[in-house]
Amino acid sequence: MTEQFTLTIQSGKNRLGEQEGFESIEIRPGDTLSIVGPTGSGKTALINDIETLAQGDTVTGRRILINGEEPPESFVREPTFKPIAMITQNTRCLADLSVEEFLLMHIRARKPGREDLLEETMTLANTFTGEAISLKSRMSGLSGGQTRSLMIADALVIGDTPILLLDEIENAGIFKNRVIQSLQRGNKAVILVTHDPYLALMADRRIVMKYGGVASVIESNGEEQYLIEDLALIEDRLHQIREKLRQGAAFSSVSSKVLITPVKQSLQLNRV
Amino acid sequence: MIKMKLLIIAGPPSGGKTAVIRQVIKNLPEGSLPAFLKIDVVHATEDQELAEEFDIPVKKIYSGDVCPDHMGILVLDDALRWAESLSRNILIIESAGLCLRCTPYTTYSLGIAVVSAISGTNSPLKMAPLLALADVAVVTKTDLVSQAEKEVFRESIRKVVSNIDIVETNAIQGTGLRYLMRRIADHPDIGSDPIVLRGAPPLGVCTVCIGKKEVGWKNHFGVIRPLDMPEPLYRGD
Repeated sequence: MTEQFTLTIQSGKNRLGEQEGFESIEIRPGDTLSIVGPTGSGKTALINDIETLAQGDTVTGRRILINGEEPPESFVREPTFKPIAMITQNTRCLADLSVEEFLLMHIRARKPGREDLLEETMTLANTFTGEAISLKSRMSGLSGGQTRSLMIADALVIGDTPILLLDEIENAGIFKNRVIQSLQRGNKAVILVTHDPYLALMADRRIVMKYGGVASVIESNGEEQYLIEDLALIEDRLHQIREKLRQGAAFSSVSSKVLITPVKQSLQLNRV
Repeated sequence: MIKMKLLIIAGPPSGGKTAVIRQVIKNLPEGSLPAFLKIDVVHATEDQELAEEFDIPVKKIYSGDVCPDHMGILVLDDALRWAESLSRNILIIESAGLCLRCTPYTTYSLGIAVVSAISGTNSPLKMAPLLALADVAVVTKTDLVSQAEKEVFRESIRKVVSNIDIVETNAIQGTGLRYLMRRIADHPDIGSDPIVLRGAPPLGVCTVCIGKKEVGWKNHFGVIRPLDMPEPLYRGD
C-alpha cells in the first residue's frame, strides 16, 4: 500500500473511570512505538482498539482516527482495504488447513490475484525460524515459533499494510533481530506490546499502561541510547548462551564467566 | 397487523448466541420492548438469566425428541401472539438448531447466524443452509485467533455466501457489534402476508420435513405442539 496514513488515538478512560494520561497520540509512517506495563494493565486491549478502529464502542471508550477523521467502514470490515495488520500473542493456529491453503485463502482475502506472494511469504517466514516450514505442513501442527514466524511474514508480505501491530513477539522461538530488521524496512508504523527491555527502549515513543488505561507517553530523547547499546551486548551474550544450551552444551566454572557482563557495561547500567 | 420486529438467531452450540443476544438487548434503540423465546433440546438456563438481567418477558420450550428447529416452526405464530399480548415490539428467538441443515429463518425476520471463529475453517461449509439463508453472519471469539486466521475464516464464509453481511466480534466485550445493531434498527416490522420459511428443511416424513413452509402448528400434521401445551401431540391418521 503506497498511501500515507496518520493514525490518531483519542484518549478514553481507564478501569477506575479516570481520563487517560494523554489527549491524543499521532502515529505516522516510520514511527515505532512500544507499549509497556504489567500483566492486566490493558496493553492488549489498546492494540485491539487500534486493530478494530474503535469508535467509542469498546470498554475504554477510545476513538481511532485515520488522517484526522473517522475511518470509512470498509477500513474496518473489508480486509482488502484494511490499513492495519496485527500479529497476536497466539502461537497456535486452529485453522484445519495446510500452510499452502491457508496462505492462498488469505491472499484471496487481502490481495486477490497475487498468488505469487505465496513463495515470498514462505521464504521470509523461513528466515525467522530455525525449523523449516513447508507448504504441506498443517497449520494446526506448527510449533509456536513456526506459527509466529509465518504470521509475521504473512503480515509483512500478504498484509503489507502501513500500520503493523505486534503483541509480545519476543516470547516465541524466533530470530528476533531478523524480525525487527524486516519490520523497520519499508516505512511502516510499528506498534509493539512488549516485556522485552531492548524492544521497549528502541522505540521512538513508549506508552506506559496502568489500570487498563494509558498512564503516560515517554518520548525518546537520546538519553537512553547508551542503555540500548548495553542491552544489545547483553542480548547477544544471552543469545549465544541460549543457543549453546539448546545444542546440549554443559558449562564448566571457567566458561561460565561468559555470564558476567564486562565491568564497563555494568557500571553504565548502574548509573540508570 | 402487529407491530413487531422478529430476530431469529441460530448457530451451533457454544458458538456465542446468548452472548450476542445479551449485547443486542443491552444496545437496542430507545423504545424497544423485547421478548425472548429460547428453544432448546433438554436443558437451557439462558431464559432465566436474561429475564433477571434485563427484566424482560421470556419463554422457553424444550423440544425433547423433536428437532428444535421443527419445534420453532410450530410455535412461531403462537410466540408472536404471546409477545404482542404483552405489548412487546421485538421478539428475539434463539434456536439450538442441531444438524445445522435446517434454516429457522422466515420471511420478515432478520436471520442471524452466530458462528465462532474457533470452530474450524471448514465449519461454514458444513452448515451451509444455516449460513446461506441468513442475513447476517456474526463471527464470535475473534479475540482468540490471529488477524490472518480471522480473515481466512471470513473468506470461508464468503465461499458459502458471497454477499452476506459479516460482523466480527468478541461478544463478551461487544466489540464491532455496532454494525449488527444498525442492521437491527433498520430492519422493518413484520408485514401482513403469512410468514413462511425461507428454505426447505431436509427430506423427511412430517409436513415440515416434506417442505411445507407455513409456520404454526395448525398448518401441520404429524408431531405438533402449541406453545402452551406441555407435551407434543400427534395429529393425523
